[in-house]
Amino acid sequence: MSVLIITEQSDKKIKKQSLESISYGVAVSKLLNVDAIAIVLGPSDDVLSSLGEYGVKKVIHQQTIGSIFSDSRSASILLNSICDQEKAQMIIFSNSLFGKSVAPRLSVKLKAGLVTGAVKLPEISNGFSVRRSVFSGKAFADVKITTPTKIITLNANAFEINKTRGNAEVIESNIEITPSNITVIETKKNEGNISLADADKVISGGRGLKGPENWGMIEELAKLLGAATACSRPVADSNWRPHHEHVGQTGVAISPNLYIAVGISGAIQHLAGVNRSKTIVVINNDPEAPFFKAADYGIVGDAFQVMPKIIEAVKNLG
Amino acid sequence: MKILVCISRTPDTTAKISFIEQNTKFNPEGVQWIINPYDEWYALVRAIELKEKDASTIIHLINIGTNENEAIIRKALALGGDEAIRVDSGIDDAYHISEQIANVAKDGYDMILTGKETIDHNGSAIGGMVAEMLDCNYISLATKLDIENGNAIVSREIEGGEERLSAPFPIVISCQKGMAEARIPNMRGIMAARTKPLKVLAASANETHTSINNFDLPPAKAGVKLIPADTPELLVKLLREEAKAI
Repeated sequence: MSVLIITEQSDKKIKKQSLESISYGVAVSKLLNVDAIAIVLGPSDDVLSSLGEYGVKKVIHQQTIGSIFSDSRSASILLNSICDQEKAQMIIFSNSLFGKSVAPRLSVKLKAGLVTGAVKLPEISNGFSVRRSVFSGKAFADVKITTPTKIITLNANAFEINKTRGNAEVIESNIEITPSNITVIETKKNEGNISLADADKVISGGRGLKGPENWGMIEELAKLLGAATACSRPVADSNWRPHHEHVGQTGVAISPNLYIAVGISGAIQHLAGVNRSKTIVVINNDPEAPFFKAADYGIVGDAFQVMPKIIEAVKNLG
Repeated sequence: MKILVCISRTPDTTAKISFIEQNTKFNPEGVQWIINPYDEWYALVRAIELKEKDASTIIHLINIGTNENEAIIRKALALGGDEAIRVDSGIDDAYHISEQIANVAKDGYDMILTGKETIDHNGSAIGGMVAEMLDCNYISLATKLDIENGNAIVSREIEGGEERLSAPFPIVISCQKGMAEARIPNMRGIMAARTKPLKVLAASANETHTSINNFDLPPAKAGVKLIPADTPELLVKLLREEAKAI
């Protein structure tokens, strides 16, 4: 019996979101009194035995992965064989693009109840239930899983990374990848260095910025803080900014540690995409802007006056 | 080309979220119900656009739910679609719902379209589960969909970018922003929808894997701390020292 944690890499390094999943999976394994095993997919530049520092006993490293990140079918067949091999009773994914496309398939294969978007450790005192985010961040639901094998996908920034000491045994795995009949025609990278889904901090601009030519200050602050840039729906719809930057109910839903909204009034649909952010800062010249009700910090003022001073103050932080 | 579009009923995006019966049920009082926006704006409208390009395309809609859902099914038929199927069930479990869809979808559909998630459950699970039950390909979070030389040509979001894929039919695709432009039904569509077939089927199995114990609302925010506009450097100080966010 074991808890299996499916990790993901970016530039051959384990992602921060996956370290959160490992920490979560290890905590779950302690609740269940079984071992935690991390699965690493594809070539890696990280020293994998050091994942033991997060509490896993074993790392299974599958180097050959074919196109599993484009083909959920071959991905779920691969993970299914690893689950069988390790007698997994619990599988943890990040609630990432990969988790969203593969976890449901694996759940059917294993007849394992699935909870996506978990925000807390499971309760096991009375059955097995997990708290997840519902109604686009406006509520939580405690969901009971009634099957013996269970799958959880963990929301970003919902669980603290817990690093101590330790060393994991690394096992090289050579499972043959099922051929895929999906062809990748083209892959495009978005401009900008930090992807919204992974970002720890996000700086976002709205219609209050008056035009795309005024995004320099958003980008400058983002660069200084190591943040991703985002925008509201009207901004994306007017093509001031690319669509992939649109956060909100119909765009990307995010949950960074820090969200700074500049010139965004905070329509309910926008809030639905950002209300899981830990700290929300709102800068708007309209004191009646609904966003202030959802904010932790606010400045009622002209962004064109306020932003340069904030940038200056951040530069002086050292 | 035969397309099955999965549509779900959700509270309107501006609905007030509250719960009743010791927080075990969503409070429907005063709530306006809509077609889940991802199902409507992206999955259904893209299917309609494909039918406009190729008139031989057949679009069927499927909804799993009780007869309370018929109003939104008629609205979906008013937008387009040839007929609708409702599987009569009140069970709210992704496995159960997927099994009902897969059971209908195995009858010769080339493409099964869903929204990327519903705005109430935010599960994002149905498409993948249905694909696994049908043992076919699943492309999630698609932003574009075309048909070329008997294949689906799909653009989808990947971390930090986008990829374009070609895949054979049958296929399940979950749809999001970019796929199509939202439309509203016209009078002709609304009239036609009244007489389009809406078939009701009994649920085919009752296996479930999860159930909701109860709901909870997030704690109210402590209230915004306002910083005077002439001292924004104070914000930076608070973010560093108090919120520990930078």
